[in-house]
Amino acid sequence: MRTLVRMLAAVFAAASLAIAPLAAAQQKIKIGFITTLTGPAGIIGKHMKDSVELALDHLGNKMGGVPVEVIFGDDQFKPDVGVQVAEEMLKKQQVDIMSGIIWSNVMMAVVPVVTGAGKVMVGTNAGASPLAGKACHPQFFSTSWNNDQTPEAMGKFLQDQGVNDIYVMAPNYQAGKDMVAGFKRYYKGRIVEEVFTTMGQQDYQAEITQLRAKSPKAAFVFYPGGMGVQFVRQYFQAGLRERIPLYSVFTVDETTLPALKEAALGQYEAKFWSPDMNVPASKRFVADFRKKYGYTPAFYGAQSYDGMMLIDSAVRMNKGSLADTKAVVAAMRKANYDSIRGPFKWNVNQFPIQDFFLLRAEKGGPDGVQMKIQKKVFNDHKDSYYQDCKMAW
Amino acid sequence: MNLILVFEQMLNGVQFGVMLFLMAAGLTLVFGIMNLVNLAHGSLYMVGAYLTVAAVQWTGSYPLGVLLGLLGTLVVGMLVEVIALRTLYERDHLDQVLATFGLILFFNELIAIIWGRAALYTSLPTYLQGFIEIIPGSIYPVYRALVIGVGLVVGAVLWYVVARTRLGMLIRAGASNRTMVAALGVNIRLLYTVVFGFGAALAGLAGLMAGPIYAVQPGMGELILIQVFVVIVIGGIGSIRGALVGALIVGMVDTLGRAFLRPLLAHFISPPAAEAAGPALASMLIYLLMALVLAVRPEGLFQAKSG
Repeated sequence: MRTLVRMLAAVFAAASLAIAPLAAAQQKIKIGFITTLTGPAGIIGKHMKDSVELALDHLGNKMGGVPVEVIFGDDQFKPDVGVQVAEEMLKKQQVDIMSGIIWSNVMMAVVPVVTGAGKVMVGTNAGASPLAGKACHPQFFSTSWNNDQTPEAMGKFLQDQGVNDIYVMAPNYQAGKDMVAGFKRYYKGRIVEEVFTTMGQQDYQAEITQLRAKSPKAAFVFYPGGMGVQFVRQYFQAGLRERIPLYSVFTVDETTLPALKEAALGQYEAKFWSPDMNVPASKRFVADFRKKYGYTPAFYGAQSYDGMMLIDSAVRMNKGSLADTKAVVAAMRKANYDSIRGPFKWNVNQFPIQDFFLLRAEKGGPDGVQMKIQKKVFNDHKDSYYQDCKMAW
Repeated sequence: MNLILVFEQMLNGVQFGVMLFLMAAGLTLVFGIMNLVNLAHGSLYMVGAYLTVAAVQWTGSYPLGVLLGLLGTLVVGMLVEVIALRTLYERDHLDQVLATFGLILFFNELIAIIWGRAALYTSLPTYLQGFIEIIPGSIYPVYRALVIGVGLVVGAVLWYVVARTRLGMLIRAGASNRTMVAALGVNIRLLYTVVFGFGAALAGLAGLMAGPIYAVQPGMGELILIQVFVVIVIGGIGSIRGALVGALIVGMVDTLGRAFLRPLLAHFISPPAAEAAGPALASMLIYLLMALVLAVRPEGLFQAKSG
């Protein structure tokens, strides 16, 4: 029996080998999309993957008349695994273009691999500052933002409001420090205290007790993923929601709202996009996403959907081919597509120039609690690194 | 830094310690009595949290959901023992580590398949959402106070069962000489299954109490497991009393360190240096403590007398 299975396996392997070159010979666009699909962060990857698949539905599985295939890869939140997956996609699967990636450290590791292979990378989340500045590259485009921009927007809002005495909290790692630095670039008021907590910490009762004792006017925090669920829940349970307004970045979004619900009510977030954005492409994306998957997409998804539409525009302009990288870059720079942001503009570093909004978690919507845009904080905001990018257009 | 604040932070420390104790009690029982290193203890904690959330949603009643969640975890624990772990008692610790690590992967994926990867919504009944004034001027969430109460009661019951009852006597005897107990006509296999089941239920209890405070998501057990291992190393492997004392020490040191180390350091070194060293040192404190205990008393604070 076992030998029979082994023989069958060998036959199938041989058959698939025989088919492979045939498939490559056909005209087909292959996109390699890397994200995190396992572990707690897998929920972000799910929003991104579902959005990419929705984009393919909207495109009829074709770009510029050519059938499209997206190959998904799991970086497991690790730069070395990301590089491995990228190399396999480029060499073995022979993808024409790469996209995705949640984490800045994975992005920094993968971009040289992709550009080195002569292909284009369309980042759809991580916005590491070097890539927006000194290390910018013609073959790297981002449909998201530079990491600092979102906390900059929150800093600007609180500065404009004249809120003084703010308590600042973030996990003790690079992104946490970057978020606080971005916040302080625009917020010039008094900061009561800056507290950095252990990465992955679960219980914040001690820190919340300290915060309450200082009775600040407001709190600004950055707690992504599960840390955010824990922090916001405990902040709410400590009875501070009404007493000290909580402003955050990358803490409350559609990946964590279903777990938080009423605990999030009244939370302020800064973002470039929200599901209630009044833009035709965005409305269509959100409505069809809800119809297909039964949940509300987060900005991670919106950016990934945008990435696919950007790639589609480049394929269309190049008559169904991604073979000529120079032509692809030239086409992408035109950004000739309907973005979920509305009109789309590139900065010289190939990051979007975009608006930022203040959002608030309010009652209502299909999930009971939803993020609502309150006001525009930044108009056509450029990141703080593009001057370091010496790229010829 | 006033006295009320210090008192509240000590309460927070006790509460965190109690959570650690519930986890550590099960782990140390299983290790001390069955000589089994069970890395999957955190998975049972996760299973307890998930089953309770599901049961509360299903029944619509919080107490009933808690009861079902607890029973469910007990059953899952016993099944794991019968199906997977029974064959591992005679093997060396490396095999046990590998097998139970496999169980962690299995449970994380299983939970992700059933409930998805997003954190689950958990809520508390309104009567547990309020605050109590323990000393004038200091309010404390009712739920956290309840956690402290439940933990201390469980600790007392556990001590009574192990030290004063027939079942406890059998457990202790089984730990010192398995063959002899079996020869005296006690069904040692069943005894082990029961002990493992109760250890699992304790982990489940910790998980279900953590549910409303922490994020209920796949992999939640591994985050707390490391601290639990620190607790049992400090307390002495196999000792329930050690687990309680170790958990309270770790909870207290960790909480007070996070709260007061930085302002304290600022008195001695420059504020920017305290800013940088404070959080780093606070997150290391319990490990430093463990290293110290290992250096001075390698067997832990309380050596288990009966295995």
